[in-house]
Amino acid sequence: MKALKLTVAALVASAAFAGVAAARDQVQVAGSSTVLPYAKIVAETFGETFPDFKTPVVESGGSSAGLKEFCKGVGPDTIDVANSSRKIKDSEVEACKAAGVTEIQEIKIGYDGIVFATDAGNADLALKPEDLYKGLAAEIVVDGKLVANPYKKWSEVNSALPDADIAAFIPGEKHGTREVFEEKILAAGCKNAGAVDVIKAAVADEKQQHSKCVAVRKDGLAVDIDGDYTETLARIAANKNGIGVFGLSFYENNADKLKVATVNGIVPSTETIASGEYPVSRPLYFYVKKAHLGVIPGLKEYVEFFLDDQMIGPESPLAEYGLVAAPDAEREEVRKAFAAGNML
Amino acid sequence: MTDIASPTVRISARPASATRDIGIKRRYAAERRFRAYGIGAISLGLFFLALLLWTVVSNGYTAFQQTTITLPIEFTEKVIDPKGERATDGKVLMTANYPLLVREALIKQLGIDASKRPQVKQATDMVSASSRTLLRDIVVADPSVIGKTIPVTLLAEANVDSAFKGQIDLNVEESKRKVKDQQVTWMNELASAGVLKKSFNTGIFTFGASSRPEAAGVGVAALGSLFMMLIVLVLSLPIGVAASIYLEEFAPKNRLTDLIEVNINNLAAVPSIVYGLLGLAVFINFAGMPRSAAVVGGLVLTLMTLPTIIIATRAALKAVPPSIRSAALGLGASKMQTIFHHVLPLAMPGILTGTIIGLAHALGETAPLLLIGMVAFVVDYPGSPMEPSTALPVQIYMWANEAERAFVERTSGAIIILLIFLVVMNLGAILLRRRFERRW
Repeated sequence: MKALKLTVAALVASAAFAGVAAARDQVQVAGSSTVLPYAKIVAETFGETFPDFKTPVVESGGSSAGLKEFCKGVGPDTIDVANSSRKIKDSEVEACKAAGVTEIQEIKIGYDGIVFATDAGNADLALKPEDLYKGLAAEIVVDGKLVANPYKKWSEVNSALPDADIAAFIPGEKHGTREVFEEKILAAGCKNAGAVDVIKAAVADEKQQHSKCVAVRKDGLAVDIDGDYTETLARIAANKNGIGVFGLSFYENNADKLKVATVNGIVPSTETIASGEYPVSRPLYFYVKKAHLGVIPGLKEYVEFFLDDQMIGPESPLAEYGLVAAPDAEREEVRKAFAAGNML
Repeated sequence: MTDIASPTVRISARPASATRDIGIKRRYAAERRFRAYGIGAISLGLFFLALLLWTVVSNGYTAFQQTTITLPIEFTEKVIDPKGERATDGKVLMTANYPLLVREALIKQLGIDASKRPQVKQATDMVSASSRTLLRDIVVADPSVIGKTIPVTLLAEANVDSAFKGQIDLNVEESKRKVKDQQVTWMNELASAGVLKKSFNTGIFTFGASSRPEAAGVGVAALGSLFMMLIVLVLSLPIGVAASIYLEEFAPKNRLTDLIEVNINNLAAVPSIVYGLLGLAVFINFAGMPRSAAVVGGLVLTLMTLPTIIIATRAALKAVPPSIRSAALGLGASKMQTIFHHVLPLAMPGILTGTIIGLAHALGETAPLLLIGMVAFVVDYPGSPMEPSTALPVQIYMWANEAERAFVERTSGAIIILLIFLVVMNLGAILLRRRFERRW
């Protein structure tokens, strides 16, 4: 009987402490796995530099999941910051509004380059958007007609490319990177290859024209990777002919295992991306709830610390990790906009 | 061989005294085949187990060693407290430029020209950036060190650590690797001087998450897992056992209890992510509990473990022979006394085994934790289950996605730690069973 009494007491006790919803004393961040490594560096350094505040908690899970959590409402039981590898969508702003999150501050932290790389043992590779489009699109134009992609080897696409089977590991559709890949590579390649006119003649609807351009072949030669870049790296290690899509920072950390391809003859690097020469890059953002500033201890300081040049400047730990710093004027503008409290 | 398809015909055809073919060879052959299948299945299983252990251990054993650099650090007052304000302003010691101390010690040790900035940067890059907090903690704990020179053991930066362990191919072009030739030269120099060496990595057990591999550990994750396991144990064992005793011993057998039984069996097979969704909706959104907290994780895992425990407990209660119950009732015990004094103690080993297997299952779960915000980067130790923390399998998952080479060994290292936890739990289950098991 004694044991029973004890367990009942334990039950009551645990139920009691579970019922207390404590006020939060650290910043909570969620969102993009691309921004995650940067946010982690900032959070960790923030915790070390400001001993008065607790280190922010950074959840991963993807831009969309993060923004969804962000738009759940205002209050200490909702997150303060959503990291995103893309701009917030209108539909998400609407959802935020509906839940009472009306004051959102958008902050651009810099740029992320997207690179194509093969196994380190391969020859140098020079890619063009039109080659990638011809090799990877579901339907391409041959003799003025739209046909299912007939190419099996890169050399068939362009004789300058190696005589290797087409095998590409591209980010899956839930990744923010996929959108950049579609816009900057497939859509651009579609245009450069002159396929747009044929598609326009075949399909009237403008949206459908675009989706015809960016549709990826489904015959197994282009593989969607839903996991992280580590999975793409493992796929390339297993298939030496494979071309993988990586973030610049991931490539730089694994440069001894990978050979990066040039796009339009430009080698991707923080310099060529910052100058805009290298075509495939995208801005990275995070979003802050203005209502939480001054309520959640350390939130304002965290954002200011993030925006400081010692974090996102050209010679900062984030730049060292692979973030492409925004130009000086742009960084200054972002800081000013945050200080002024500009909202979406 | 004789035809054995129709033995009955043959039996009637032959006299009973002659040797009858009762298919003895055939039956022995079937037995031998069955044994071979069994051995085959087990060897296949053992082969894959060995393969798994081999890959994990061969990748991970190096994670338990960490390269350290022991430098005589001169705690100069000019650097730490240039204006002599530390008595009045406590912040001075917290925000002092400690990395400068490391830099100066390195310059002295390696004999570099301090005016050559790129060289100095390469040298300071060899020491972990976590040295700032390490030196700060030394000074804050004992301000009297200011002005003295003390040898301090600093962590080597992760790339130097990997290079020293031979995990980075140094034959690759210099521009393509994270460790530069000059750093390798220095590394070998320091190693032969005995300044740089490998030692047991206690940090992997005690540190919280970090973006720097050398300063990353499973401490916060292990504590979070411990909190969750305690909550699961405290909640699911009494609830599960009480529910099973009622269902097995007291409840009438009717359609309703049948329905409940079907539901419990069903719940045991529900994918764990569903429990995560439930936890998000009920505990966080409705009850307003904090995100990323071990208490929510514990509650979600409790729900997930309950069906397992109920099924195991009911099976254990069923296995107690009815003669025990009849004897107790026959001697005048009440139903309650029969169950609590006789049936339950006999069923205990089975119940404990089921509980520990359920706990081990819950310990390895990540999917439900994703939705309640426990797949997160948590640096600070949680003071209570209400504060943000993470869990061991989550830490493995997060490290597996890291870009840095040094996280590869740490991922396997964390898997080894988790496996040790699981082995200890399962051993406990076996020992408890041995200790309490009674045969009749």
